[in-house]
Amino acid sequence: MRTMNLALRHELVGLGGVIERNVYLVKRYIWWDVAFFIWTVANTLTIVFIAKGIPAAGGHIDVNRVTTILLVGAVIWAYLGIIFEILTETVAWERWEGTIEYTFMAPLSRPVHLLGMGIFAIGYGVVRAVLLFGVVAAFFSLHLPDADYFAAVVLLIVASISFIGIGMMTAVLPLISPEKGTQLGFVAQGVLLVVSGVYYPVSVLPGWMQALATISPATYALRGCRAAILEGAGLNELWGDIWPLLVIGVVAIPLGLWTFRSGERYAKKHGKLKRSG
Amino acid sequence: MKALEVHNLRKQFDRRERRRRKRVEALRGVSFEIGRGECVAILGPNGSGKSTLVRLLSTLLLPDGGTASVFGHDAFRETRAVRRLVNRVSVEASFFKKMSAVENLSYAARFYGLRPSETRERIPEILGRVGFPEDRRDEPMENLSRGMQQKVALARALLTAPVLLLLDEPTTGLDPRSKQEVQEFIREVRAEHDATVLLCTHDLAEAESLADRVGILDGGELLCLEPADELKARYRSETLEEAFFAASGHAFENGEGGGG
Repeated sequence: MRTMNLALRHELVGLGGVIERNVYLVKRYIWWDVAFFIWTVANTLTIVFIAKGIPAAGGHIDVNRVTTILLVGAVIWAYLGIIFEILTETVAWERWEGTIEYTFMAPLSRPVHLLGMGIFAIGYGVVRAVLLFGVVAAFFSLHLPDADYFAAVVLLIVASISFIGIGMMTAVLPLISPEKGTQLGFVAQGVLLVVSGVYYPVSVLPGWMQALATISPATYALRGCRAAILEGAGLNELWGDIWPLLVIGVVAIPLGLWTFRSGERYAKKHGKLKRSG
Repeated sequence: MKALEVHNLRKQFDRRERRRRKRVEALRGVSFEIGRGECVAILGPNGSGKSTLVRLLSTLLLPDGGTASVFGHDAFRETRAVRRLVNRVSVEASFFKKMSAVENLSYAARFYGLRPSETRERIPEILGRVGFPEDRRDEPMENLSRGMQQKVALARALLTAPVLLLLDEPTTGLDPRSKQEVQEFIREVRAEHDATVLLCTHDLAEAESLADRVGILDGGELLCLEPADELKARYRSETLEEAFFAASGHAFENGEGGGG
């Protein structure tokens, strides 16, 4: 029992270490973060301005509603990008800095290591997503009196369980392929969002893409967040989106861990677990 | 119980040469033992398999055959237990460059289960012992010289109190003064911490001055392992360089090896 407690204590301290390291990195690279945030705001504006452009081109839409639909899509795209980027950095950034061997030879279990990266990614991603939403909503003077922001954030966090599971699978890519792995992570992120109705309803997609949408957690995250912000749906009403997210999460996390472990084993077998790949 | 037991360890890598895949033998059935508190130097030119050996013992590689155990724990099956006992200093200091020495040591210590209350005093103390200037502790690592960075690498290894210290060319590229300081510190660690040291190096003088026994690794084969004096006597050589030539059949600098 005492040994178990000690082991658990070590893992918790290690988990704290993963988060601590990422906090140091944000602090030291703060100007990168500021620049990246400004770029994300600009990118989001270009998407959300489409809502204003449609009436200007003679179309008839509810500008406020479409603006919000596009904004939620852009914010979730940015959020997912952060989650995937941070998890992919589990390997890619460490390889770039040259610390990968020291991290992977430390007595920290891989699930705890990845969990630490995931917890940090959620915290950092939620802060960035909330700021992005706030800045762009203020820019367009969006009036959202019914919005249930609490429900939207809870839904995003629940969705993150699945995102982290999928992120673990993509995080292994730079381990297997140092040259192409990170880019393949972006491909996975793009595919996930394109089938999930990021700026349009899933119903406009071809049948096979709609089938993929049913197993994509982003589908439920986008639909639920839009319902919470546009219609003020609370957690009870969002249950129809929450339970599929929980089911996908329960499958995605063990699958992600198994995939990462298999990739790590492959990398150890083929000598790829090193700074130069 | 031996600190380290390596038996018939083999490792091959795939290399791409002119569009063809080629299997290259990095280690060819290496066997040796190290007693507790002993310092053993493995001497070999670039590509002789030294780093492969260190990376196998650091649990970063899986072998193609053979066994290795650290204080009785299988290095490839009981990796968690082995990782608690081992730490390493390699030729590259390997830190997050924008982070300071204290930040790098702090998070690394957490990975070994050391709480903030334990590292608050221990990190400044260890940095002081390796001669790292107090006023530079919060500076980004990228502003520090190679010698300074290597001192932080030694501090990182020591912070976790390893019983087996793997040193992979720890003084390569250092200026003579930093090199001497690092070597002095290795002696101190052995004397005060009861640490067992495996030193892989291509610095003949370093091997002779620090190690109890010296092994010659060439082309992935461990040709011999014995005290430097006995090694020289066996090959009727005045220097380790001559002994290497006699053992391997080629000059030390021009040695061709199997892999990493």
